[in-house]
Amino acid sequence: MAIMGNPKYEARINQHLAKYETKRSAVMPLLFIAQEEYGWVNPDGINEVAQILNLDPTQVKSIAGFYTMYSEKPKGKYWLQVCTDLPCALKGADEFHAWLKEELGVQEGGTSGDGLFTVDHVMCLAACDKAPMMQCNFRYVENLDQDKTRELLAMWRAEAAQPDNGRG
Amino acid sequence: MHILLRGRDIKNIKQFDVYEKHGGFAGMKKALAMEPAEVIDVVKASGLRGRGGAGFPTGVKWSFIPQQEPVKFVTVNADESETGTFKDREIMEENPYQLIEGSLICAYAIQAKAVYIYLRGEFWDIGDQLDECIEALREKGYVGKNIMGAGYDCEVYTHLGAGAYICGEESALLNSLEGYLGQPRVRPPFPAQKGGGLYKEATVVNNVETLANVPFILSEGADAFKAIGTEQSTGNKIYCVSGHVKRPGNYELPMGATFRQLLYEQAGGPLHDDRPFKAMLPSGGSGPMVPLTDEVLDTPMSYEDCANIGTIIGSASIIVMDETVDMTWVASKVTKFFKHESCGKCTPCREGTYWLDKVIDRILDGRGTPDDVKRIADVAENMAGTTLCALGDFAANPIIHTIRHFPDDFAQHVQA
Ligand SMILES: Cc1cc2nc3c(=O)[nH]c(=O)nc-3n(C[C@H](O)[C@H](O)[C@H](O)COP(=O)(O)O)c2cc1C
Ligand code: SF4
Ligand code: FES
Repeated sequence: MAIMGNPKYEARINQHLAKYETKRSAVMPLLFIAQEEYGWVNPDGINEVAQILNLDPTQVKSIAGFYTMYSEKPKGKYWLQVCTDLPCALKGADEFHAWLKEELGVQEGGTSGDGLFTVDHVMCLAACDKAPMMQCNFRYVENLDQDKTRELLAMWRAEAAQPDNGRG
Repeated sequence: MHILLRGRDIKNIKQFDVYEKHGGFAGMKKALAMEPAEVIDVVKASGLRGRGGAGFPTGVKWSFIPQQEPVKFVTVNADESETGTFKDREIMEENPYQLIEGSLICAYAIQAKAVYIYLRGEFWDIGDQLDECIEALREKGYVGKNIMGAGYDCEVYTHLGAGAYICGEESALLNSLEGYLGQPRVRPPFPAQKGGGLYKEATVVNNVETLANVPFILSEGADAFKAIGTEQSTGNKIYCVSGHVKRPGNYELPMGATFRQLLYEQAGGPLHDDRPFKAMLPSGGSGPMVPLTDEVLDTPMSYEDCANIGTIIGSASIIVMDETVDMTWVASKVTKFFKHESCGKCTPCREGTYWLDKVIDRILDGRGTPDDVKRIADVAENMAGTTLCALGDFAANPIIHTIRHFPDDFAQHVQA
């Protein structure tokens, strides 16, 4: 379904449009809504955001491309982003990142064969005192080790196996 | 005593009733009974300096706003993306009303129409919590029209970034908030001037921790604030300690406490007893590296004393490294950060970070030469001071100082 005219998003879109002095300022929150609806910022989402804000789609696309939290291609159901910046790396984040990729059988930025997990790395997430850590679909999981992570992976796999587990 | 991290002392201070019961909004009530210019004078007299990194005197910044302009804004810098920094997060998670109160006092002082809190996108849940606080305040009549019956109107909004360190730079933040690419602007005009701020209107940009200090200054007075810290560095500061210590975390101490007090008494000393400290980055990835000698450990953490040991206190994100750490590897980590985060607008920064990364990787792989070490020092020297925003200097700083203090760490990789 689209985001335009979708009752699920109508109130939120209007709220964002109301809080800024210009329509253009709402481009970032609207791109997040498009990503929520489609799972990534796809061409339909770009076009709809452009239409709502009276912008050119190429302008919206360049904004989406500038920021790392907008995904420009489909990802696994769980997008795992390990922080490997210096403070986390001093506490074993690089080794943890390598282990996680091996555990899931993926390359950097790749998605596991079952389509569930995409793994990549990010810069400091302001959680350096709880290293190693990562975000899963932008939720922080902190103070990780292999055992705790295996439990989390099992939990996400079980969650994904439930019927009616759409992203929304 | 905590002035900022009060969530540690007072249970549920993130609830409005508890916050108000413990003195919340007393500062704002006082401010609203004063002339806006008087509020600015109190903040000036307190000596408060910006906690976002540059340490600019806060009251002076507010006084730059031209009072005759009809439309003005406050923008709260909650981008918190400097490597090793995690203090604003704790303030907003555990003591959100104090930030909002401080922002509203600032807004009243410059007679702003609205406050925009720019949060890094990963803080969306903190944004949700702040939105709830703002709604609660609207119901109390503390946000919106005729605040506390004092005849002053002001809105407060949150805005989420989406993953870009450069949006913490104030002019890039304003571009991002306006829906443009988050790249720095050419200055002047500065944000405080007409033409340079949000929607081209005069705008104050302040860090979360800076503004969270303001309610105390108003309620307790400038003298009470000045009584804490040193003459040139007043008040408390939150120090974010990460890396090789036993107890990483946030510590709120007066400015002027020593690094030794912070790293030993508070953070518990070296993570492994048999591995002494080697060095620290006291202002995240962007400030000069210093070896952790006794002299450095006994240095007070103030703007003036840190300058004396060749570094900065900046955002006070203190990354600690023990003797097992290879400084060439650290240089590589820091460089990868800045290469990734360079917005690409100016050549020395874009190309400089690219070459630094390439050559440092070569050195780390054992394929480098002694000339390569000179080369990265030269590249870094040439970047410093030649770029549109300070990110170029940030990227150069750690390289220059790391090579200066630890030449052997580089030499060991390039022995013929
Ligand atoms: C590349 C770059 C990144 C920055 N990131 C932040 C940040 O994440 N948070 C912050 O408060 N200030 C950051 N700053 C500093 C801001 O530009 C600005 O000085 C600060 O928000 C002013 O507030 P203050 O006076 O209260 O410190 C950054 C500066 C630069 C050059
Ligand atoms: S110094 Fe770097 S980050 Fe700053 S404007 Fe130039 S290219 Fe962009
Ligand atoms: S370095 Fe990983 S959260 Fe800061």
